[in-house]
Amino acid sequence: MEALCQFFAIYGSLVNFIGINALLALSLYLTMAAGQLSLGSAAFAGIGGYTAGILTMKLGVPFLLSVAAGSILSGLVGLIIGLPVLRLRGVFLAIATLSFGEVVRIAVLNLDITGGAQGLVGIPNLTKTWGIYLALAVAGYTIARLRHSRIGWCFESIREDETAASAMGINTTYYKTLSFVLGAILAGFAGGLYAHLNYIITPREFGFSVAVDLLIFNIVGGIRVWYGPVLGAVLLTALPEILRGTGVTAGPIRMALNGLILLLVILFLPNGLVSIFGRTGQEREKAPVDAVPEEG
Amino acid sequence: MFVHVKDVTRTFGGVKALDGISLAVKRGEVHGLIGPNGAGKTTLINVLSGIIAPSSGEVILDNSPVQTLPAYKLAARGVARTFQNIRLFPAMTCLENVIAGQHLVALRPFFPRLFCLPSAGRQEKEHRRQAMDCLARVGIESKAHFPARALSYGERRRLEIARALASRPRLLLLDEPVAGMRQQEVEQVGSLIQSLAAEGMTILLIEHNMSFVMGLCATITVLNFGRTLVTGNPNQVSRHPEVIEAYLGASENNA
Amino acid sequence: MDLLAQQLINGLFIGSVYGLFAVGYTLVFGVLDILNLAHAAVFTLGGLLALWLVETGGLSIWLAFPVSVLCCGILGLLLDRVAFVPLRQRADSNFSGLISSIAMAIIFESAALGLFGARTVRFPAHTVPVHIWRWGGISITSLQVEIVAISLLLMVALTQFLNRARAGKAIRAVAENDRTSRLLGIHVDGIIAFTFFISSALGGAAGILFGLYFDSLSPDMGRSIELKGLAVIILGGMGSIPGAILGGLAFGLSEVLTVAITGTSNLRDAVAFTVLFAVLILRPSGLLGRKKMREA
Repeated sequence: MEALCQFFAIYGSLVNFIGINALLALSLYLTMAAGQLSLGSAAFAGIGGYTAGILTMKLGVPFLLSVAAGSILSGLVGLIIGLPVLRLRGVFLAIATLSFGEVVRIAVLNLDITGGAQGLVGIPNLTKTWGIYLALAVAGYTIARLRHSRIGWCFESIREDETAASAMGINTTYYKTLSFVLGAILAGFAGGLYAHLNYIITPREFGFSVAVDLLIFNIVGGIRVWYGPVLGAVLLTALPEILRGTGVTAGPIRMALNGLILLLVILFLPNGLVSIFGRTGQEREKAPVDAVPEEG
Repeated sequence: MFVHVKDVTRTFGGVKALDGISLAVKRGEVHGLIGPNGAGKTTLINVLSGIIAPSSGEVILDNSPVQTLPAYKLAARGVARTFQNIRLFPAMTCLENVIAGQHLVALRPFFPRLFCLPSAGRQEKEHRRQAMDCLARVGIESKAHFPARALSYGERRRLEIARALASRPRLLLLDEPVAGMRQQEVEQVGSLIQSLAAEGMTILLIEHNMSFVMGLCATITVLNFGRTLVTGNPNQVSRHPEVIEAYLGASENNA
Repeated sequence: MDLLAQQLINGLFIGSVYGLFAVGYTLVFGVLDILNLAHAAVFTLGGLLALWLVETGGLSIWLAFPVSVLCCGILGLLLDRVAFVPLRQRADSNFSGLISSIAMAIIFESAALGLFGARTVRFPAHTVPVHIWRWGGISITSLQVEIVAISLLLMVALTQFLNRARAGKAIRAVAENDRTSRLLGIHVDGIIAFTFFISSALGGAAGILFGLYFDSLSPDMGRSIELKGLAVIILGGMGSIPGAILGGLAFGLSEVLTVAITGTSNLRDAVAFTVLFAVLILRPSGLLGRKKMREA
């Protein structure tokens, strides 16, 4: 028991941070499950975080209520942004969500109520570790059960082939928007928890590089099953600490290692690290593929 | 389902892919669509399935105009299709492909699944059984748990038909269903199509395999340069002088 | 009035650097349909390498410039070989290429960090002799003129090369349709590698000019131009060289005008990203584009 307390004293904030990152990675997974590449998750987390932080701090709204409000607002913005943006294909969707993220970041930077570049300071420290992991468990379980439900099949079909999905009766616009909005709601929720963790949030914490990090968690862990992003988030968030433990402290090496892991995964494990363990990826990938004749 | 295409035109950047096509397909009929490459056959299937909208003209299914509907709404009216270039869900197994294809007929509500209610389990079992039936119907039930991308070319075409059948369509559009198949597979697909039509399903198919089309279709429409050249039974069509010139002539050049 | 004229001229200068950066960016996109997010890291390395050659190697900038541009070109070849060639046959090569380019960007950036440190550095005084010309309230430095001249020269040379030279025509053919090009006997893989060479060389050149113009270089200087470059190529139309040049100039002007009108630099980027977002939604082919951004 004492050892556990000691562990938490040293690594408590890391454990919290891992949980938040796993939640954020899952929020992006929801959108990627329907084949949509978004770089806006960090901005949605920012919307949720700032909303929740401002509500508790300045209006005295109860903690859970303000986190929920941030989550809902984030989902509403996701709906408004998602409808026009989801008509874009792959890379262009990524760019559009990225520019949306930048607009949000600049807005936060310039508003008075958000505290500008100094950040929102003095948010009560209300998020508990068990709360984060309870949220993670609920989110993980719900997303796991989503698979093989109506929504799950629709997401998967759209990801595999959007045209074929619409030809078999799936309203692709509806389900793509749904995946985007669900992702925004979860990101907003995680952002709200994060805001109540460290007294302060700043615009940097929801910028482009965070959006890229979330994408990396998904890719490295694997986007074919729900626990892939969680695994990616846990490993890559803990990696700097593990490296510190082995004596590597130089920033560039940590960074290079991050890049190298991402490169190796995308080159050799297209379904992510989870394909090492499960049947979900590897086995299927290795199945023989015969040549397809060219179309006439 | 009764299909009536009235004076449908579709242009792509000034080029008329379809130029005033009219067509009628009776319920339970196997209707063939032939013509040289670029005649507008696939465009017509795309219009009928709502993948693209016609520039002008009317498409009527069972007395209601549907030319403005998107693909998913047409599917809900009972239209299913396969694609010339085969659009399966490659990472899913064959069975999963077909289960995904049940979208319109399987409710699969989320909350019973979330709380692991027994009804969800029963339902899932039933859907798997129905999907296996579809696979059995096209003769690839032994490949149920293989990933779709591991199938042979002919098997993929058959899997795509199975996925289309999973939604229990009333109009089935097949874009070159036997292209690249061995003779034995061609015969299997032929008798499958016949039995589907006998159950009342309307079938419109594009195919370059002449003996397959001539042996299977009650009516054949020949397209050329986006227009209807001739419609009639196989006998009439094969003796039509313009068909011999436009179609058979073209295919000789192609060969 | 003079102030406005001065601002417009400054916008033109910085716009030409944006244009040069974007030209290389869009060249690879036009040929491969892949967004190379490592372009900005090459830009950074180009600038830092030139600085190192001048400072430590004692080279004149007129020699350091071509040498580091050449090195960046070689970096481009490496990028192609490591991050893109292995993915080329994959069905989702757009997506996986984007990810592997992010991985390479992280590795390059960590290399810059490891080799040059995290601090902001500048070229030694008098690296380029500076004269100042004044007309009334407007002043132009010889450095600015040289930057515009070099940018325009490189862009014109590239345009001429693509239109006239054999290899240039081959690049355009591959961009149009790589399968047909292969049938025509064009060595497609070689042409793609060559395109990476040119693209990265131009990116490196932009990095050097950027460092000279702002008189500051740092390992993360690519971050902001990465997003701006994206905005420029979307604005100009993906894959369009003249579009990238015009987009760059328009972007430079919009930045200085925003600063001039609002009186603060806070909203400088907001206008740009709002425009980018609007272009994506309203006119997704950009000003001069031809690439399809939406699913048919």
